[in-house]
Amino acid sequence: MAEEKKAKKTVSPGVLALRKVVEDVYADARTAKAEGKLVGWSSSKFPCELAEAFDLNVMYPENQAAGIAANRDGEIMCQAAEDLGFDNDICGYARISLAYAAGKRASRKVDFETGEYVMDPNSGKPLKDENGNVVIDEATGKPKKDPKTMQPYTVLDDIHEIAALPEGREKELRLAAIKPYRQMQMPQPDFVLCCNNICNCMTKWYENIARMCNIPLIMIDIPYNNTVEVHDSNVAYVRAQFDAAIRQLEEITGKKFDEKKFEQACANANRTAQNWLKVCDYLQYKPAPMSGFDLFNHMADVVTARGKVEAAEAFELLAQDLEENIRTGTSTLPFPEKYRVMFEGIPCWPKLPNLFKPLKENGVNVTAVVYAPAFGFVYNGLDEMARAYYKAPNSVCIEQGVAWREGICVDNKVDGVLVHYNRSCKPWSGYMAEMQRRFTKDLGIPCAGFDGDQADPRNFNEAQYTTRVQGLVEAMDAGIAAKEAK
Amino acid sequence: MAIEALVREFEQVAANPQAQLKKYKEAGKKCIGVMPYYAPEELVYAAGMMPFGMWGSNKKTISRAKEYCATFYCTIAQLDLEMLLDGTMDLLDGVITPTICDTLRPMSQNIRVAMSEKLPCIFLAHPQYRKPEFGMKFCHDQYTHIRTELEKIKGSAIADADISEAIRVYNKSRAARRAFVKLASEHCDVITATKRAAVLKASWFMGKDEYTEKLEALNAELSALPVCNWKGTKVVTSGIICDNPTLLKIFEDNNIAIAADDVAHESRAFRVDADETGDPMTALCRQFAEQDYDVLLYDEASNKNRRGEFVAQMVKDSGAQGLVLFMQQFCDPEEMEYPYLKKALEAADVPHIKLGIDQQMRDFGQAATAIQAFADVLEMRK
Ligand code: SF4
Ligand code: SF4
Repeated sequence: MAEEKKAKKTVSPGVLALRKVVEDVYADARTAKAEGKLVGWSSSKFPCELAEAFDLNVMYPENQAAGIAANRDGEIMCQAAEDLGFDNDICGYARISLAYAAGKRASRKVDFETGEYVMDPNSGKPLKDENGNVVIDEATGKPKKDPKTMQPYTVLDDIHEIAALPEGREKELRLAAIKPYRQMQMPQPDFVLCCNNICNCMTKWYENIARMCNIPLIMIDIPYNNTVEVHDSNVAYVRAQFDAAIRQLEEITGKKFDEKKFEQACANANRTAQNWLKVCDYLQYKPAPMSGFDLFNHMADVVTARGKVEAAEAFELLAQDLEENIRTGTSTLPFPEKYRVMFEGIPCWPKLPNLFKPLKENGVNVTAVVYAPAFGFVYNGLDEMARAYYKAPNSVCIEQGVAWREGICVDNKVDGVLVHYNRSCKPWSGYMAEMQRRFTKDLGIPCAGFDGDQADPRNFNEAQYTTRVQGLVEAMDAGIAAKEAK
Repeated sequence: MAIEALVREFEQVAANPQAQLKKYKEAGKKCIGVMPYYAPEELVYAAGMMPFGMWGSNKKTISRAKEYCATFYCTIAQLDLEMLLDGTMDLLDGVITPTICDTLRPMSQNIRVAMSEKLPCIFLAHPQYRKPEFGMKFCHDQYTHIRTELEKIKGSAIADADISEAIRVYNKSRAARRAFVKLASEHCDVITATKRAAVLKASWFMGKDEYTEKLEALNAELSALPVCNWKGTKVVTSGIICDNPTLLKIFEDNNIAIAADDVAHESRAFRVDADETGDPMTALCRQFAEQDYDVLLYDEASNKNRRGEFVAQMVKDSGAQGLVLFMQQFCDPEEMEYPYLKKALEAADVPHIKLGIDQQMRDFGQAATAIQAFADVLEMRK
């Protein structure tokens, strides 16, 4: 137990560096905004190299939404979007982002008389006595809460309403009460960069933001592809759009496109991708020197900073840490690895601990995630760059999707696949059933699916998830036994 | 022929597409399933084949499609797959699968996989940049691919002249449908909501030459009637599809007529004609380029609310008192544009209701209550 805790708490230099990179991206954007400079919002797989060439500060709503969801504010923001008329069927990231773009914020409840936050008695961790035992409240028979860990009530606020208030105490208090974590403090956009390779939902999502904020939208349209190969026709279409996007950015910024900076950004993006892949490949070791769940956190760097040298360097540092783990036979996984699985899809951010729990109980490590090949693209020149951006998680045909996944399943030696049927993501979940059949047919490994949502906690059923993990473990046992018998 | 007889024919076609498929096959025609949206049907027609619209079904239940997709997909896409799996569409010689929304993207793969031994699947990915030259070029490449695939099914080349002829036939058909929509409003006592829907729906299951001839006859009969003195109210309908007779009957029961529509299955499909001169392939691409005001299409003037305002203006111009939005369940493109449609309608002082529907709905009690209440609102706006 003591060892487990220790393993969890030691944060390696690489992880620290990666965290700092993302912190800095947000901090730089806040500073830029305060200085009156332009800040853009971009979809995760927009060619960031283009914005980097103009030294623009760019924020990533998908990464933001994941952070908001992980901070347990997904539901209040999704609800806010629904109150604006956006159906709860729409992707949770989009709902969170649209609510935020409209000025909605998760905030702490303030008592305007005292100026203090109003604590939620149901929040916080159980109070423990000096012997480490939980203190029971005699009146209720339930554990008492530790007042130090209690949180204020979360309420919804609106920056436009706050701005309209007369200067004074209420205005100050309400502004200060907006939750302080970085994703809830992201500057509003001056322009938006949309690439619909990952989904078509992006197109209207970003149009909505453009309308709400009355700002220009730069669009890179990547129509869905039915073949593994990206044909010249598709490349030509995207290439031409790069040129158009550059012209638009020149207009917005009043600057000329800086070819040198662009080339540097491309070099950085390639280097980040290579190092990202290198890090992901450490999961091939058996047992793995890390928990595959770590990759979900490190994805933030690939999304928000892949064109920056700092991200490339931070991944290099992480690779060194992992090399060291291999040497010393340690791992960031806080339990012994008994089974290895591919986790298909985006995790349920608001429920990460719940996702992790049955995996830990059963000794299951995630040793493959599809983001590894999906973001590990390296290219040379503009044509190849267009090809690279054509291959995003949901823009590729089923054969390519299966090949990516089966590749990492084999290389990373998985015993089974855990598939997240993500209520938010129609393009992703839409061909998973067939993919599952192929994994089992081609690789002879069991698959189990569960229903969830990456951002809206209301769509996750813990009991079902636990049962499915259990079922998968049993099937993997049978599979492993059968292999050994051979 | 009398109006009733003509309408009855359309109604029969609309109620039984499968019989149409059989009829065309027996007449020796090859038939190509055409899924939504904006597939260049003219190419199928030019190949001498019969394009067969695939917009789900009001009579089927999803069962086999469950092997491919989770529950949270629109019934149109799921039932299209269902009908391919359960043999309903076995007589088809091919199917065109456009991919303009996030449901149709993976569905194109499911269909290709499921039909791999049965049916050629012709893939289509439209560009969202429609007007710029590079978008036109990409569209041209896509349409050329469709043409080539159709030629394989046909067994010989499709001549440019035949495509030009198809464009003329389709333009004529679109013009007739636009005229019908106007006439249906002027004569809404005769062309009730259910009849209007049946006439327009039949176009998806009839050769366009044959269909247009009948529709023009109907239009002529309607034009000869004096404009009706409608005592009820009128609405504009909006959404992907609203062809369920049981649901539309509720409008009739409440004396609500349809003045015009912004429906994908109806007017959005015949708003724009193709150029009859010049290169016919370019004309078809240009036609797609000129499509506009659609939840499925990117709007380059994205910081304006052009589509919302267009629909609100349509309500005003049509003389309707309000708008009914048929919100297809799980249709995120429609859902995504609802807040701004609502905004434009409110700014134009147009009342509206949003009815959540899907094609497996069999109980319309809730919808009836909502429509009834809306009828009172409309009444006060007359
Ligand atoms: S890819 Fe899926 S999860 Fe990501 S924004 Fe699009 S719909 Fe949402
Ligand atoms: S109804 Fe909506 S989700 Fe379904 S196919 Fe049409 S546009 Fe796509």
